[in-house]
Amino acid sequence: MEYILKDKKSKKIIMCLILLDLMVIAAFLLPGITPKNIHFFMPRRITKILAVIIVSYSIGYSSLIFQTVTNNHILTPSVMGLDSLYLFIQTFIVFAAGSQTLSQMIGYRHFLICVGLMIFAACILFLLLFRGSSKNVYFLVLTGMIMGSLFNGMATFMQVLLDPNEFAVLQGRMFASFNNINSNLVGISILIIIAVCIISVRDLPYLDVLLLGPENAISLGVDYKKLVFKTLIICAVLVSVSTALVGPITFLGILIVNLARHMLGTYSHRSISLGIMFLGILFLTGGLLVTERIFKFETTMSVIINFIGGIYFLYLMLKERKQ
Amino acid sequence: MIAVRNITKIYGDKKVVDSVDLDIPRGKIIAFIGSNGAGKSTLISMICRTLKKDGGEVYIDDKELKDWKSSELSKRLSILKQSNFLNIRLTVRELVSFGRFPYSKGRLNDEDIRHIDKALEYMGLNELQDRYLDELSGGQRQMAYIAMVIAQDTEYIFLDEPLNNLDMKHSVKIMKVLKRLVGELGKTIMVVIHDINFVSCYADYVVAMKDGKIIKQGDTCQIIQSGVLYDIYGMNIDVQNYCGKNICLYYS
Repeated sequence: MEYILKDKKSKKIIMCLILLDLMVIAAFLLPGITPKNIHFFMPRRITKILAVIIVSYSIGYSSLIFQTVTNNHILTPSVMGLDSLYLFIQTFIVFAAGSQTLSQMIGYRHFLICVGLMIFAACILFLLLFRGSSKNVYFLVLTGMIMGSLFNGMATFMQVLLDPNEFAVLQGRMFASFNNINSNLVGISILIIIAVCIISVRDLPYLDVLLLGPENAISLGVDYKKLVFKTLIICAVLVSVSTALVGPITFLGILIVNLARHMLGTYSHRSISLGIMFLGILFLTGGLLVTERIFKFETTMSVIINFIGGIYFLYLMLKERKQ
Repeated sequence: MIAVRNITKIYGDKKVVDSVDLDIPRGKIIAFIGSNGAGKSTLISMICRTLKKDGGEVYIDDKELKDWKSSELSKRLSILKQSNFLNIRLTVRELVSFGRFPYSKGRLNDEDIRHIDKALEYMGLNELQDRYLDELSGGQRQMAYIAMVIAQDTEYIFLDEPLNNLDMKHSVKIMKVLKRLVGELGKTIMVVIHDINFVSCYADYVVAMKDGKIIKQGDTCQIIQSGVLYDIYGMNIDVQNYCGKNICLYYS
């Protein structure tokens, strides 16, 4: 009964990850806290930790399900140009409405408009691509890559044309990072993430079946097109959330998904999606600790993530070569 | 009962399957034969809903394909295609467990486990059940996939070239298992086979296709005859009776 053993093994690993997470979170939250400054530091630090949790889930889960749908372990939603699309939509709103209108869009409105447009774009993309007879997922990805460059180019073009003052507003919205978290979006992001969790939890076993390929999945009673459509929309929402909160750090997706798959040694989406989330929290909180406490903000999170990710990928490639 | 009415598939301006009508008899091994590109795979893919049809109807137990819920249909009908590339590492037993998905939705109960054990035993895979698929030979892997289909326990089973690239031993073993499934469990098995002698020795009923149309169908002994085979393949095939079996000699 190997699969039961595997299940036990992955449970153990996930428990270890949770423990490690709690340790790094404590190491991030607690040092230097005194009764006097707790009101100042604690809310800021907790906001960051909440952002870390949201981003871990959204980047990790969107990368995982995207890889399952495309049946490829190197792709992430960024290949589909989803984060480029988000940046383009942001730029377009500033370009069309002007920064004055934008600054009047208090609270969530601007964000929700962006998410809505993202979902709309994902629908159009899906309908266009699956309407023909022989269109498949590779076609979708190739088109996505081209569209991604297109959106990037158009966004840059509009940014060049913008008035410098408006560009400054855009920059404030667009180039979010972990040092500059879009903290007023944390609340709504949590709501969106909880909704996505509830919607997607029943899909997890269906995604397992999808690993056998479209034809076997259909034979086993999976509504293939519906599942792919739903997955793409969830990806669009999650990418919007993480890009809006901390900016594009999609390299993290490849890193934690492959690492979780490697560590847990299972195909089960239930285990892997948990593993990814806790691994993401570990990496990102660790990254925050390193950037803030060791390097004193002299380097950015993405540098650290790329550094670790790069080493891990060299290791993976060397291992593959040996086999 | 599976009934196909006026079914059509068009790629570009070529009709790959051209207004085909077919009633599939129950409780038999039905072999689909014909040259490459005759439309056999396309036809069975459309019947099994893995490929969208451009026209016509498919009735499964008197209900049109579009009126079936995919999850319900997966308890009546299963299909195994010829190429099965996996991106993940699975053991034989894990793969066979997937066959229970229509019933268990991922949470196996005792009955599911009983079916899995039975399917493994049917295919003689007990010894190999904890081995990873990528460690197995092509023949063993094909046996594992067929075990998955057996675990799915559907009345109608479609196999698209299950003997492709297999040696004689595995081919015979698979055909014998299919015979047993029909005889003992009353399944209806539709199978695409290129080796005409396997058709002659194991199939009960033959559907012959050419250029997207069904040109002949009938009991195996009626089809495995020189004249009929000439119409299907356009080549002279000598049929000899040897120990009560019709053997085709096409090595001219």
